[in-house]
Amino acid sequence: MIKETRLIMGMPIVLMTPDESVTGDNIEEVFSFFVYVDKTYSPFIESSIISRIGRGEIGEPEYSGELREIMAVAKSTKQETDGYFDVWHNGNFDPSGIVKGWAIAKAAEILAKYTDNFYIEAGGDIQVGGVNEAGRPWQIGIRNPFDRHQNIKVVTLQNSAIATSGTAIRGQHIYDPVEGKTLNEVASITVIAPSIINADRMATAAFAMGTKGIYFIEQLDGYEACAVMHDKTTIATTGWQNYEVKI
Amino acid sequence: MFKKLAVAGFVAVTFIIYSLHERSEGSRAAQKVSSTTPQHATASINTTTYKDGSYTGKSTDALYGFVQVRATITGGRLTDITMLDYPQDRDTSIAINTSALPVLKQEAIQNQTAQVDGISGATDTSKAFTESLQDALTQAKA
Repeated sequence: MIKETRLIMGMPIVLMTPDESVTGDNIEEVFSFFVYVDKTYSPFIESSIISRIGRGEIGEPEYSGELREIMAVAKSTKQETDGYFDVWHNGNFDPSGIVKGWAIAKAAEILAKYTDNFYIEAGGDIQVGGVNEAGRPWQIGIRNPFDRHQNIKVVTLQNSAIATSGTAIRGQHIYDPVEGKTLNEVASITVIAPSIINADRMATAAFAMGTKGIYFIEQLDGYEACAVMHDKTTIATTGWQNYEVKI
Repeated sequence: MFKKLAVAGFVAVTFIIYSLHERSEGSRAAQKVSSTTPQHATASINTTTYKDGSYTGKSTDALYGFVQVRATITGGRLTDITMLDYPQDRDTSIAINTSALPVLKQEAIQNQTAQVDGISGATDTSKAFTESLQDALTQAKA
Protein backbone atom coordinates (compact mmCIF):
# COMPACT_ATOMS: atom_id res chain seq x y z
CA MET A 1 0.00 0.00 0.00
CA ILE A 2 1.40 3.38 -1.01
CA LYS A 3 0.04 6.46 0.75
CA GLU A 4 1.44 9.96 0.60
CA THR A 5 0.07 13.33 1.71
CA ARG A 6 1.37 16.80 0.86
CA LEU A 7 0.14 20.28 1.51
CA ILE A 8 -0.44 22.00 -1.84
CA MET A 9 -2.95 24.70 -2.86
CA GLY A 10 -3.46 25.32 0.84
CA MET A 11 -4.97 21.90 1.45
CA PRO A 12 -3.85 18.33 2.06
CA ILE A 13 -3.48 16.32 -1.15
CA VAL A 14 -3.60 12.55 -0.54
CA LEU A 15 -2.55 9.83 -2.98
CA MET A 16 -3.14 6.13 -2.28
CA THR A 17 -2.75 2.97 -4.27
CA PRO A 18 -2.57 -0.68 -3.27
CA ASP A 19 -0.31 -1.37 -6.28
CA GLU A 20 3.29 -1.47 -5.13
CA SER A 21 4.38 -1.35 -8.79
CA VAL A 22 3.61 2.36 -8.82
CA THR A 23 6.98 4.10 -8.47
CA GLY A 24 8.10 7.11 -6.50
CA ASP A 25 8.53 8.91 -9.82
CA ASN A 26 4.90 8.20 -10.73
CA ILE A 27 3.74 9.67 -7.42
CA GLU A 28 6.04 12.64 -7.92
CA GLU A 29 4.54 13.28 -11.34
CA VAL A 30 1.07 13.64 -9.78
CA PHE A 31 2.20 15.92 -6.97
CA SER A 32 4.17 18.05 -9.45
CA PHE A 33 0.99 18.54 -11.40
CA PHE A 34 -0.80 19.92 -8.33
CA VAL A 35 2.14 22.29 -7.72
CA TYR A 36 1.86 23.46 -11.33
CA VAL A 37 -1.90 24.04 -10.94
CA ASP A 38 -1.34 26.05 -7.77
CA LYS A 39 1.27 28.29 -9.43
CA THR A 40 -0.77 28.77 -12.58
CA TYR A 41 -4.31 29.14 -11.27
CA SER A 42 -4.14 30.38 -7.70
CA PRO A 43 -6.10 33.61 -7.21
CA PHE A 44 -3.75 34.34 -4.30
CA ILE A 45 -0.59 34.47 -6.43
CA GLU A 46 -0.23 37.85 -8.15
CA SER A 47 1.60 36.49 -11.18
CA SER A 48 -0.88 33.65 -11.81
CA ILE A 49 -2.99 33.60 -14.95
CA ILE A 50 -6.09 33.98 -12.78
CA SER A 51 -4.80 37.15 -11.11
CA ARG A 52 -3.82 38.55 -14.51
CA ILE A 53 -7.25 37.84 -16.00
CA GLY A 54 -8.80 39.49 -12.94
CA ARG A 55 -6.76 42.62 -13.61
CA GLY A 56 -7.77 42.58 -17.27
CA GLU A 57 -4.24 41.86 -18.48
CA ILE A 58 -5.21 38.74 -20.43
CA GLY A 59 -8.21 38.54 -22.73
CA GLU A 60 -10.06 35.49 -24.00
CA PRO A 61 -8.11 35.24 -27.29
CA GLU A 62 -4.95 34.64 -25.25
CA TYR A 63 -6.41 31.83 -23.12
CA SER A 64 -4.50 28.54 -23.28
CA GLY A 65 -6.28 25.35 -24.33
CA GLU A 66 -6.26 24.24 -20.72
CA LEU A 67 -7.81 27.48 -19.52
CA ARG A 68 -10.48 27.26 -22.21
CA GLU A 69 -11.31 23.80 -20.87
CA ILE A 70 -11.71 25.18 -17.32
CA MET A 71 -13.72 28.17 -18.52
CA ALA A 72 -16.04 25.93 -20.54
CA VAL A 73 -16.83 23.91 -17.41
CA ALA A 74 -17.37 27.13 -15.44
CA LYS A 75 -19.71 28.50 -18.08
CA SER A 76 -21.87 25.40 -18.30
CA THR A 77 -21.96 25.08 -14.51
CA LYS A 78 -23.31 28.61 -14.24
CA GLN A 79 -26.09 27.72 -16.68
CA GLU A 80 -26.87 24.35 -15.08
CA THR A 81 -27.14 25.89 -11.62
CA ASP A 82 -29.13 29.00 -12.58
CA GLY A 83 -26.20 31.21 -11.65
CA TYR A 84 -25.59 29.67 -8.23
CA PHE A 85 -22.09 28.94 -9.40
CA ASP A 86 -20.25 31.84 -11.00
CA VAL A 87 -16.53 32.44 -11.37
CA TRP A 88 -17.04 36.20 -11.59
CA HIS A 89 -18.19 38.09 -8.50
CA ASN A 90 -18.41 41.88 -8.29
CA GLY A 91 -15.75 42.15 -10.99
CA ASN A 92 -13.46 39.65 -9.26
CA PHE A 93 -12.42 36.56 -11.14
CA ASP A 94 -12.02 33.34 -9.17
CA PRO A 95 -12.47 29.97 -10.85
CA SER A 96 -10.96 28.00 -7.94
CA GLY A 97 -14.31 26.25 -7.43
CA ILE A 98 -13.77 24.60 -10.80
CA VAL A 99 -9.99 24.33 -10.71
CA LYS A 100 -9.94 22.02 -7.66
CA GLY A 101 -12.17 19.39 -9.25
CA TRP A 102 -10.46 19.78 -12.60
CA ALA A 103 -7.04 19.31 -11.00
CA ILE A 104 -8.13 16.12 -9.20
CA ALA A 105 -9.58 14.76 -12.45
CA LYS A 106 -6.35 15.48 -14.36
CA ALA A 107 -4.28 13.96 -11.55
CA ALA A 108 -6.46 10.84 -11.72
CA GLU A 109 -5.71 10.62 -15.46
CA ILE A 110 -1.98 10.74 -14.70
CA LEU A 111 -2.21 8.06 -12.02
CA ALA A 112 -4.46 5.91 -14.22
CA LYS A 113 -1.52 5.53 -16.63
CA TYR A 114 0.19 3.45 -13.93
CA THR A 115 -2.61 1.73 -12.06
CA ASP A 116 -6.35 1.10 -12.13
CA ASN A 117 -6.55 1.25 -8.35
CA PHE A 118 -6.12 4.63 -6.72
CA TYR A 119 -7.48 7.25 -4.35
CA ILE A 120 -6.83 10.95 -4.92
CA GLU A 121 -8.05 13.53 -2.45
CA ALA A 122 -7.70 17.30 -2.32
CA GLY A 123 -9.15 18.82 0.82
CA GLY A 124 -11.96 16.31 1.33
CA ASP A 125 -12.90 15.94 -2.36
CA ILE A 126 -12.07 12.49 -3.66
CA GLN A 127 -11.79 10.57 -6.94
CA VAL A 128 -11.23 6.82 -6.73
CA GLY A 129 -10.38 4.14 -9.27
CA GLY A 130 -10.76 0.38 -8.89
CA VAL A 131 -10.31 -1.17 -5.48
CA ASN A 132 -8.53 -0.65 -2.16
CA GLU A 133 -5.83 -2.73 -0.48
CA ALA A 134 -8.37 -5.38 0.52
CA GLY A 135 -9.44 -5.72 -3.11
CA ARG A 136 -12.80 -4.16 -2.32
CA PRO A 137 -14.41 -0.86 -3.39
CA TRP A 138 -13.01 2.16 -1.57
CA GLN A 139 -14.80 2.88 1.71
CA ILE A 140 -15.33 6.59 2.25
CA GLY A 141 -16.59 8.19 5.44
CA ILE A 142 -18.71 11.33 5.46
CA ARG A 143 -17.39 13.67 8.12
CA ASN A 144 -19.73 14.79 10.88
CA PRO A 145 -19.84 18.59 10.42
CA PHE A 146 -20.46 18.96 14.17
CA ASP A 147 -17.57 16.73 15.22
CA ARG A 148 -14.74 16.40 12.75
CA HIS A 149 -13.41 13.24 14.42
CA GLN A 150 -16.57 11.31 13.58
CA ASN A 151 -18.09 9.96 10.39
CA ILE A 152 -21.85 9.86 10.10
CA LYS A 153 -22.11 7.79 6.92
CA VAL A 154 -19.91 5.33 5.09
CA VAL A 155 -20.22 4.79 1.34
CA THR A 156 -18.42 2.50 -1.07
CA LEU A 157 -17.13 3.90 -4.34
CA GLN A 158 -15.56 2.38 -7.41
CA ASN A 159 -14.45 4.58 -10.31
CA SER A 160 -16.45 7.51 -9.05
CA ALA A 161 -16.08 10.67 -7.02
CA ILE A 162 -17.36 12.36 -3.90
CA ALA A 163 -17.21 15.99 -2.77
CA THR A 164 -18.54 17.85 0.26
CA SER A 165 -19.40 21.51 0.60
CA GLY A 166 -20.36 23.21 3.83
CA THR A 167 -19.18 25.03 6.87
CA ALA A 168 -16.83 23.53 9.40
CA ILE A 169 -18.41 25.55 12.15
CA ARG A 170 -19.82 23.67 15.11
CA GLY A 171 -23.54 23.23 14.98
CA GLN A 172 -25.48 25.57 17.20
CA HIS A 173 -29.13 26.19 17.65
CA ILE A 174 -29.27 29.28 15.54
CA TYR A 175 -32.14 31.51 16.48
CA ASP A 176 -33.71 33.68 13.80
CA PRO A 177 -35.00 36.90 15.43
CA VAL A 178 -37.01 37.80 12.34
CA GLU A 179 -38.94 34.58 12.02
CA GLY A 180 -38.79 33.90 15.74
CA LYS A 181 -37.71 30.30 15.40
CA THR A 182 -34.70 28.07 15.27
CA LEU A 183 -33.21 27.81 11.83
CA ASN A 184 -32.83 24.49 10.17
CA GLU A 185 -30.10 25.21 7.71
CA VAL A 186 -27.76 22.92 5.82
CA ALA A 187 -24.46 22.29 7.58
CA SER A 188 -22.94 20.31 4.72
CA ILE A 189 -23.89 18.52 1.55
CA THR A 190 -21.99 15.60 0.04
CA VAL A 191 -22.39 14.73 -3.63
CA ILE A 192 -21.46 11.49 -5.43
CA ALA A 193 -20.94 11.62 -9.21
CA PRO A 194 -19.01 9.63 -11.81
CA SER A 195 -16.37 12.37 -12.05
CA ILE A 196 -14.87 14.68 -9.46
CA ILE A 197 -15.40 17.79 -11.60
CA ASN A 198 -19.12 17.11 -11.48
CA ALA A 199 -19.24 16.12 -7.82
CA ASP A 200 -17.25 19.18 -6.79
CA ARG A 201 -19.07 21.86 -8.78
CA MET A 202 -22.53 20.48 -7.95
CA ALA A 203 -21.74 20.17 -4.24
CA THR A 204 -20.68 23.81 -4.24
CA ALA A 205 -23.81 24.95 -6.07
CA ALA A 206 -26.14 22.74 -4.00
CA PHE A 207 -24.73 24.10 -0.74
CA ALA A 208 -25.26 27.67 -1.96
CA MET A 209 -28.91 26.79 -2.61
CA GLY A 210 -29.54 26.04 1.05
CA THR A 211 -32.42 23.68 1.79
CA LYS A 212 -33.29 23.45 -1.92
CA GLY A 213 -29.88 21.94 -2.70
CA ILE A 214 -30.77 18.33 -1.96
CA TYR A 215 -33.79 18.56 -4.29
CA PHE A 216 -31.62 20.13 -6.95
CA ILE A 217 -29.36 17.04 -6.83
CA GLU A 218 -32.38 14.69 -6.69
CA GLN A 219 -33.52 15.93 -10.08
CA LEU A 220 -30.08 15.45 -11.70
CA ASP A 221 -29.41 12.12 -13.40
CA GLY A 222 -26.28 10.31 -12.26
CA TYR A 223 -25.87 12.29 -9.05
CA GLU A 224 -26.67 11.36 -5.45
CA ALA A 225 -26.31 13.46 -2.34
CA CYS A 226 -26.71 13.54 1.41
CA ALA A 227 -27.30 16.81 3.26
CA VAL A 228 -26.59 17.24 6.96
CA MET A 229 -28.88 19.77 8.63
CA HIS A 230 -28.18 21.91 11.65
CA ASP A 231 -30.81 20.07 13.68
CA LYS A 232 -28.53 17.03 13.36
CA THR A 233 -30.59 15.15 10.83
CA THR A 234 -29.63 14.03 7.35
CA ILE A 235 -31.62 14.07 4.12
CA ALA A 236 -30.43 11.88 1.26
CA THR A 237 -31.49 11.53 -2.36
CA THR A 238 -33.36 8.36 -3.29
CA GLY A 239 -30.35 6.61 -4.88
CA TRP A 240 -27.90 7.43 -2.08
CA GLN A 241 -28.71 4.17 -0.27
CA ASN A 242 -27.15 2.24 -3.16
CA TYR A 243 -23.76 3.56 -2.05
CA GLU A 244 -24.27 3.50 1.68
CA VAL A 245 -22.78 0.81 3.89
CA LYS A 246 -25.33 -0.05 6.55
CA ILE A 247 -23.80 -1.32 9.74
CA MET B 1 -9.07 30.33 27.61
CA PHE B 2 -10.47 33.86 27.33
CA LYS B 3 -9.16 34.17 23.81
CA LYS B 4 -10.74 30.85 22.93
CA LEU B 5 -14.09 32.00 24.26
CA ALA B 6 -13.86 35.25 22.37
CA VAL B 7 -13.08 33.43 19.15
CA ALA B 8 -16.00 31.07 19.75
CA GLY B 9 -18.21 34.12 20.22
CA PHE B 10 -17.08 35.68 16.96
CA VAL B 11 -17.57 32.45 15.13
CA ALA B 12 -21.08 32.09 16.52
CA VAL B 13 -22.04 35.62 15.53
CA THR B 14 -20.45 35.12 12.14
CA PHE B 15 -22.43 32.01 11.68
CA ILE B 16 -25.70 33.75 12.44
CA ILE B 17 -24.93 36.35 9.81
CA TYR B 18 -24.05 33.61 7.42
CA SER B 19 -27.31 31.76 8.06
CA LEU B 20 -29.38 34.91 7.82
CA HIS B 21 -27.68 36.00 4.68
CA GLU B 22 -28.25 32.61 3.14
CA ARG B 23 -31.94 33.06 3.77
CA SER B 24 -32.12 36.51 2.30
CA GLU B 25 -32.57 35.77 -1.33
CA GLY B 26 -33.19 38.65 -3.66
CA SER B 27 -31.48 41.27 -1.55
CA ARG B 28 -28.25 42.93 -2.52
CA ALA B 29 -25.25 44.58 -0.90
CA ALA B 30 -25.24 46.64 2.28
CA GLN B 31 -27.98 44.59 3.84
CA LYS B 32 -28.24 45.17 7.53
CA VAL B 33 -28.31 42.22 9.84
CA SER B 34 -28.76 42.73 13.52
CA SER B 35 -26.41 40.66 15.58
CA THR B 36 -28.11 38.47 18.09
CA THR B 37 -25.87 36.48 20.29
CA PRO B 38 -26.64 32.96 21.37
CA GLN B 39 -26.47 32.49 25.13
CA HIS B 40 -23.26 30.57 25.30
CA ALA B 41 -21.41 33.35 23.48
CA THR B 42 -22.85 36.29 25.41
CA ALA B 43 -20.29 36.21 28.18
CA SER B 44 -17.28 36.46 25.93
CA ILE B 45 -18.68 39.24 23.78
CA ASN B 46 -19.88 41.30 26.71
CA THR B 47 -16.59 41.12 28.50
CA THR B 48 -14.60 42.14 25.43
CA THR B 49 -14.16 45.90 25.37
CA TYR B 50 -13.69 47.75 22.13
CA LYS B 51 -13.44 51.39 21.21
CA ASP B 52 -16.79 52.78 20.03
CA GLY B 53 -17.16 53.34 16.32
CA SER B 54 -17.62 51.54 13.01
CA TYR B 55 -14.89 49.34 11.64
CA THR B 56 -14.81 47.90 8.16
CA GLY B 57 -13.14 44.53 7.78
CA LYS B 58 -11.09 43.67 4.75
CA SER B 59 -12.82 42.17 1.75
CA THR B 60 -12.20 38.46 2.01
CA ASP B 61 -12.40 35.78 -0.61
CA ALA B 62 -15.21 33.29 0.10
CA LEU B 63 -15.81 30.27 -2.07
CA TYR B 64 -18.50 31.96 -4.13
CA GLY B 65 -17.32 35.53 -3.99
CA PHE B 66 -16.04 38.26 -1.75
CA VAL B 67 -17.29 39.01 1.71
CA GLN B 68 -16.86 42.23 3.65
CA VAL B 69 -18.44 43.21 6.96
CA ARG B 70 -18.62 46.37 9.06
CA ALA B 71 -18.67 45.99 12.82
CA THR B 72 -20.31 48.67 14.96
CA ILE B 73 -19.14 49.06 18.52
CA THR B 74 -21.38 50.87 21.00
CA GLY B 75 -20.57 51.15 24.69
CA GLY B 76 -17.52 48.98 24.15
CA ARG B 77 -19.59 46.12 22.77
CA LEU B 78 -20.13 44.69 19.35
CA THR B 79 -23.70 45.78 18.64
CA ASP B 80 -24.15 45.54 14.91
CA ILE B 81 -22.67 43.84 11.90
CA THR B 82 -23.45 45.10 8.43
CA MET B 83 -22.75 43.00 5.38
CA LEU B 84 -21.15 45.36 2.88
CA ASP B 85 -20.38 42.81 0.27
CA TYR B 86 -21.37 39.23 -0.20
CA PRO B 87 -21.58 36.79 -3.08
CA GLN B 88 -23.92 37.99 -5.77
CA ASP B 89 -25.02 34.62 -6.91
CA ARG B 90 -27.42 34.48 -3.98
CA ASP B 91 -29.51 36.99 -5.85
CA THR B 92 -30.66 34.45 -8.35
CA SER B 93 -33.29 31.99 -7.34
CA ILE B 94 -33.28 28.41 -8.43
CA ALA B 95 -36.48 27.00 -9.83
CA ILE B 96 -36.98 23.44 -8.67
CA ASN B 97 -40.31 21.75 -9.12
CA THR B 98 -40.27 19.85 -5.84
CA SER B 99 -43.83 18.65 -6.38
CA ALA B 100 -42.48 16.45 -9.15
CA LEU B 101 -39.96 14.92 -6.77
CA PRO B 102 -40.40 12.41 -3.97
CA VAL B 103 -40.35 13.66 -0.38
CA LEU B 104 -36.88 12.80 0.84
CA LYS B 105 -36.57 10.97 4.12
CA GLN B 106 -35.01 12.76 7.06
CA GLU B 107 -33.21 10.83 9.77
CA ALA B 108 -31.11 11.56 12.84
CA ILE B 109 -27.37 11.50 12.34
CA GLN B 110 -25.47 8.64 13.85
CA ASN B 111 -21.73 8.25 14.19
CA GLN B 112 -20.26 5.27 12.37
CA THR B 113 -17.34 3.19 13.56
CA ALA B 114 -16.58 1.33 10.33
CA GLN B 115 -13.02 1.40 9.02
CA VAL B 116 -12.67 3.78 6.07
CA ASP B 117 -10.02 4.44 3.45
CA GLY B 118 -10.68 8.17 3.32
CA ILE B 119 -13.03 10.89 4.50
CA SER B 120 -15.02 13.47 2.58
CA GLY B 121 -15.64 16.72 4.40
CA ALA B 122 -16.05 20.41 3.78
CA THR B 123 -13.36 23.00 3.74
CA ASP B 124 -14.53 25.94 5.80
CA THR B 125 -16.52 28.19 3.48
CA SER B 126 -17.42 30.61 6.24
CA LYS B 127 -13.76 31.32 6.86
CA ALA B 128 -14.12 34.50 4.82
CA PHE B 129 -16.82 35.87 7.11
CA THR B 130 -14.75 35.13 10.19
CA GLU B 131 -11.67 36.70 8.64
CA SER B 132 -13.37 39.92 7.64
CA LEU B 133 -15.10 40.23 11.02
CA GLN B 134 -11.92 39.50 12.92
CA ASP B 135 -10.13 42.12 10.89
CA ALA B 136 -12.79 44.69 11.78
CA LEU B 137 -12.59 43.76 15.47
CA THR B 138 -8.81 43.94 15.50
CA GLN B 139 -9.14 47.53 14.32
CA ALA B 140 -11.68 48.17 17.08
CA LYS B 141 -9.20 47.06 19.71
CA ALA B 142 -6.40 49.30 18.46
